[in-house]
Amino acid sequence: MKIAGCTTLLLNTMFYACREAAISMVRNFWMNIVVVFVIIVSLVILGGAILVVLNADYFASSLESDVEISVFLKPDLDQNTVLEIGERIKDTPGLLEVEYISKERALEQMKASFGERAGILKNLEQNPLPDAYRIKVKDVNQIAALAQSFEKFPGVDKVRYGQGLLEQLLLVTYWVRLLSMALVIALGLAAVFLIAATIRMSVLTRQNEIGIMKLMGATNWYIRVPFFIEGVMLGLIGAITAVAVVSWGYMELLQRLEVAVPFINLVPETAVLTSVLVVLLGLGVLIGATGSLISIHRFLRV
Amino acid sequence: MIQFYNVSKIYKNKVPALLDVTLRIKKGEFLFLVGPSGAGKSTLIKLIYREEVPSRGQVMFNGKNITRFSSGEVSRLRRKIGMVFQDFRLLPNKTVAENIAFALEVTGASRENIRQAVPLTLAKVGLAKKIDQYPAKLSGGEQQRVVIARAIINNPVLIIADEPTGNLDPDTSGEIMKLFQNINRSGTTIIMSTHAWDIVDRMKHRVIRLKNGKVEGDEDSGVYNLAT
Ligand SMILES: Nc1ncnc2c1ncn2[C@@H]1O[C@H](COP(=O)(O)OP(=O)(O)OP(=O)(O)O)[C@@H](O)[C@H]1O
Ligand SMILES: [Mg+2]
Repeated sequence: MKIAGCTTLLLNTMFYACREAAISMVRNFWMNIVVVFVIIVSLVILGGAILVVLNADYFASSLESDVEISVFLKPDLDQNTVLEIGERIKDTPGLLEVEYISKERALEQMKASFGERAGILKNLEQNPLPDAYRIKVKDVNQIAALAQSFEKFPGVDKVRYGQGLLEQLLLVTYWVRLLSMALVIALGLAAVFLIAATIRMSVLTRQNEIGIMKLMGATNWYIRVPFFIEGVMLGLIGAITAVAVVSWGYMELLQRLEVAVPFINLVPETAVLTSVLVVLLGLGVLIGATGSLISIHRFLRV
Repeated sequence: MIQFYNVSKIYKNKVPALLDVTLRIKKGEFLFLVGPSGAGKSTLIKLIYREEVPSRGQVMFNGKNITRFSSGEVSRLRRKIGMVFQDFRLLPNKTVAENIAFALEVTGASRENIRQAVPLTLAKVGLAKKIDQYPAKLSGGEQQRVVIARAIINNPVLIIADEPTGNLDPDTSGEIMKLFQNINRSGTTIIMSTHAWDIVDRMKHRVIRLKNGKVEGDEDSGVYNLAT
């Protein structure tokens, strides 16, 4: 009975708070349009960046199986040194698999891959291939660093990996990550301050009303909540629009690419879009809440 | 219900608006606060619902020292009091109905409740027809009655009215006084500041006479001016 009374009281209060927030949003319509627009832009950029990075990672991991580090050893090393180098490589953390390919085996493999035309290789006087280790790594992002460290091992002649494609891809995602991060932080801050400014404006235009509400016995909480709701709603509206734009754009892109370049496969939409959706919505609400809390804190000393 | 202990109020301009006032008001009383303009009537009233805090002394409400109240306690105190402000304090961009509903909304009353109570209360002050008007479209007397409706709508235990009949014609002010009288009979305490000597003399309630911030007289069933 008492609990039921409390919840209806709370529900009524929330209803009035939402109504006040709505009135306030209508009153500051144009300012709110600007705020929502900035939120949309920053979240769309963020969403786009997340999709690019996710796809690059996805692509990278599909390459990953083909991508190994090959460590070629100097010719005429004795068997012990070859084994020693193998041990050193195996001791390096972050590796999945290390396989020794002797020059004899390498030649065999080459012959096998030449198939019918393996005859060309028959007239070789000696095996021109070096001994090598073929290494699979756990994390493609580590590949460059690992390759570099292997290069410094004594007895190692050359280190090869990924034909440069993977490296470039990783570089691109690195810059996309960095740039979009910087842009999103800048725009996010701008959005927070714009929200703070609108909430400040609605606090100031309602100063008189707030004073009278206080005299009628409204609690601080009761007075603050509508402004908080207003900020969160602005953030949410921006986020929902951004989510719509991003998902529409991504699905459109998927369809076009399927027709144009069927061999490139992007991450299927359902898997990515839900996570992007959650991130964007969360961030929109966070921006709105932070902005309104700043202004409530600074201008609503009730 | 209310006690003042050696209360003084000095505003920032150093003029003492109240000086060493000690008084007690019992539950269920009907009390007139009289005195010349600037005597400190509004100041005394503001100390009760804590729009102002005393410079010295203590104000007690139901046994609690309200000068030490936290903001939450102040809100709860104010919800028990129906205030008729001398300067109205209506919201210009809300209709009469919305202005009155306001006082109920802060208590968390349901919309259903408010929908029923608003026209009923407006009828009591004779303003049923003006329910959807904006305050600016009303005469001074009509605005004053809106303020009275707002003060009585949530059945407060105490009504404080600062010159509630100042803008009313004799007939309407007679109606309002009858309304206050009825509310008082049902147990609500009423404190009313006024310059309307005829009302004070006719109703024969307790009168506290203020002058230059001091209590000059305090009689049961008193009259406006002792000299006459
Ligand atoms: N907010 C304020 N700041 C400074 N001085 C004030 C303030 N409010 C009231 N005063 C001063 O305090 C004194 C008492 O004012 P108060 O409003 O209590 O008088 P009153 O008895 O209600 O007068 P009236 O009958 O005209 O309403 C006056 O001299 C007034 O100038
Ligand atoms: Mg006054």
